[in-house]
Amino acid sequence: MKKFKKVVSAILAASMVMALAACSSSADTAETTNEATGTEAVETTEQETETVAASDVKVGFIFLHDENSTYDLNFINAAQEACEAAGVEYMLKTNIPEGQECYEAACELADAGCDIVFADSFGHEDYMIEAAKEYPEVQFCHATGTKAHTEGLSNYHNAFATIYEGRYLAGIAAGMKLNEMIENGEITEDQAKIGYVGAYTYAEVISGYTSFFLGARSVCPSATMEVTFTGSWYDETAEKEGANKLIEDGCVLISQHADSMGAPTACEKAGVPDVSYNGSTASACPNTFIVSSRINWAPYFTYIIDAVANGTEIATDWVGTLQTGSVELTDLGDAAAEGTAEAIAEAQAAMEAGTLHVFDTTTFTVNGADLTSYMADVDTDADYTPDTEVITDGYFAESGESFRSAPYFDLQIDGISLLDTAY
Amino acid sequence: MANNNIKEPRYHIVKRTEISAKEAWIIRIVAILAALVVCAIVTMVCTGDNPISIFTTIFKGAFGTQRKTWITLQYVAILLIISLALTPAFKMQFWNVGGEGQVLMGGLAAAACMITLDGKLPNAVVIILMVITSILAGAIWGVIPALFKAKWNTNETLSTLMMNYIATQLVAYFTIVWEVPKGSGKIGIINQNSNVGWLPNIGNKYLLSIIVAILVTVCMYIYLKYTKHGYEIAVVGESQNTARYVGISVEKVIIRTMLLSGAICGLAGLLLVGGINHTITTTISDGQGFTGVMVSWLAKFNPIGMIFTSLLIIFMDRGASEISTAFELNQSFADILTGIILFFIIGCEFFIRYKISVRKDVRKENA
Repeated sequence: MKKFKKVVSAILAASMVMALAACSSSADTAETTNEATGTEAVETTEQETETVAASDVKVGFIFLHDENSTYDLNFINAAQEACEAAGVEYMLKTNIPEGQECYEAACELADAGCDIVFADSFGHEDYMIEAAKEYPEVQFCHATGTKAHTEGLSNYHNAFATIYEGRYLAGIAAGMKLNEMIENGEITEDQAKIGYVGAYTYAEVISGYTSFFLGARSVCPSATMEVTFTGSWYDETAEKEGANKLIEDGCVLISQHADSMGAPTACEKAGVPDVSYNGSTASACPNTFIVSSRINWAPYFTYIIDAVANGTEIATDWVGTLQTGSVELTDLGDAAAEGTAEAIAEAQAAMEAGTLHVFDTTTFTVNGADLTSYMADVDTDADYTPDTEVITDGYFAESGESFRSAPYFDLQIDGISLLDTAY
Repeated sequence: MANNNIKEPRYHIVKRTEISAKEAWIIRIVAILAALVVCAIVTMVCTGDNPISIFTTIFKGAFGTQRKTWITLQYVAILLIISLALTPAFKMQFWNVGGEGQVLMGGLAAAACMITLDGKLPNAVVIILMVITSILAGAIWGVIPALFKAKWNTNETLSTLMMNYIATQLVAYFTIVWEVPKGSGKIGIINQNSNVGWLPNIGNKYLLSIIVAILVTVCMYIYLKYTKHGYEIAVVGESQNTARYVGISVEKVIIRTMLLSGAICGLAGLLLVGGINHTITTTISDGQGFTGVMVSWLAKFNPIGMIFTSLLIIFMDRGASEISTAFELNQSFADILTGIILFFIIGCEFFIRYKISVRKDVRKENA
């Protein structure tokens, strides 16, 4: 580790020296050309100072767990990738619980000279807001949070991605697999039941499994789904047991929205195909891994580093999409059915073209009825007051512009049955 | 020849009859130094990092900046209060391993006041009610096992432990009742904008817990050392029969002491919820109800000594998490170091009570 750090710091130091050298030489040329063409020269020097400023930016990251959690690992990798690409200094704080420790960690990072403090877990939000009030000159960015648009703090920002699109595409892979199993005579059409291990009965999870299910049903119309909840974002034993229970219950394919390896390893052991989340589990589960959707946070990190370096505003609610490179699918595993890649590519092209909407209200019903209007609880409050109409142009506008970045789809659509909602 | 057949071990362990305080401290210091050396070796072998810089980082983690120092002191204060709460029970040989649950119940009561009374009563009244209810809740949670022990002589280790689980589940239940947003399984900061029920800042936001901890330490020291109650606790702890013989009502002492023990745990819960976190979670006491047992035992139930033992444990804990940040090592490595140091500190108590004597060579004497 030390050696690695030494190498990295040597490279960073070298690149900084180079940047400085480049800067001073271009400044010289700028001076000389200044007399000839004034305006142009000014512009070049400005650009040069911007790049220097970028390497002065320091970013602090707060993670709920460490690299043993697939969720946090996904953030940690993106943080290192984005910071090293931008050549900025960064600090990582792992295993920070969702309590006062988060506030203190954020303050410590601000004290240590960080210009940006980022936290990755939903429960960190209130403590990030407290820290943001105390350090108005530091930018606080929080993934999955819901309060930035109502809090009115200029230095507090939320971010999320349209992961429901990724889930939908992963769902197509699952549907293709179900079709393959039906064709091979392994199961009948009626047995095409998907199992899903969820964390909480929270909108983010509901939005995730619903989009996954709609994706699967778009290619395998007889698909149904059962969802179990663990009551924790990270509980390896509960997730494993949840997956096993679903398999015993007749589910022939498993997916998850919880952060450990519990469900994928249970599937590998039982030989049940699995669509994982947050990153590929192909190495640990070579025989059952189909595909995984994940949010790539590197584009967001690059965006906030650039914004601070250039002195521009960071969006209150930033939504990463397929186009920004924020929503990704991993490479397909060996368990994926034939033709999956083509089916995914086709749907992805339709989504990017705006002709396919994940939550198209013609594709699902709620309590047997079509959905024509829905007031969602977009502005978080203790009474869960519905406040915003989110059905526009025949689809449910998830993570919609001018609403908020974090999901708010919390409808129970027909075809999905929930187990253990009381954890 | 016959002598050769008697196998006498080369080393044997002898109980020390008495040991001076000075000698005991020398053993402890040697133990800490030995622990540091072992940590250094483990660090070098496993990571190749310079052990000196690791130790500097541990220190910086606890006292590196003004804020870090305050946070460290605040953590010490909470751990100290919980340890002090457990002390009278343990001194009485009543194994109260229910500190965790008593803290949680105190915290839950405080949170309930903050959530349900927001906007209905003036802030000062809410705070007074929080103080009363959380101390009461902790005391009730502590006295239930004590009543069973006093009336039916049930095993208090088991019952206090089980009460922890009930408290955790109650908090889990109310987390779902009060969760924001719906389905998220977390309450978040309570009254973040109105600050109703937030305990007042004295000087800075860390000082209140520290002052309370100092007060509790002094009171507990006086209570255990100079009052009749304290003496009764000591007698009951030494021998219940002796206590009965001299006319102490053992049942009464058990119930009274556990009321006190639970009440102080409830106070810690109040500080955690009303003063520090402003929320309630099932993990808010973070195992300190159990760590407090160790703090109390290591200090031999001496409240003043507990200041140092709780400081040591928090210092190691804070330092350890700083290591994982500074060296980009996994948190587990920091836990390994803490484990090594605790092993030596607890282990040295053995050498304070016993000494190892080496056998004299018998054969030489025979020849």
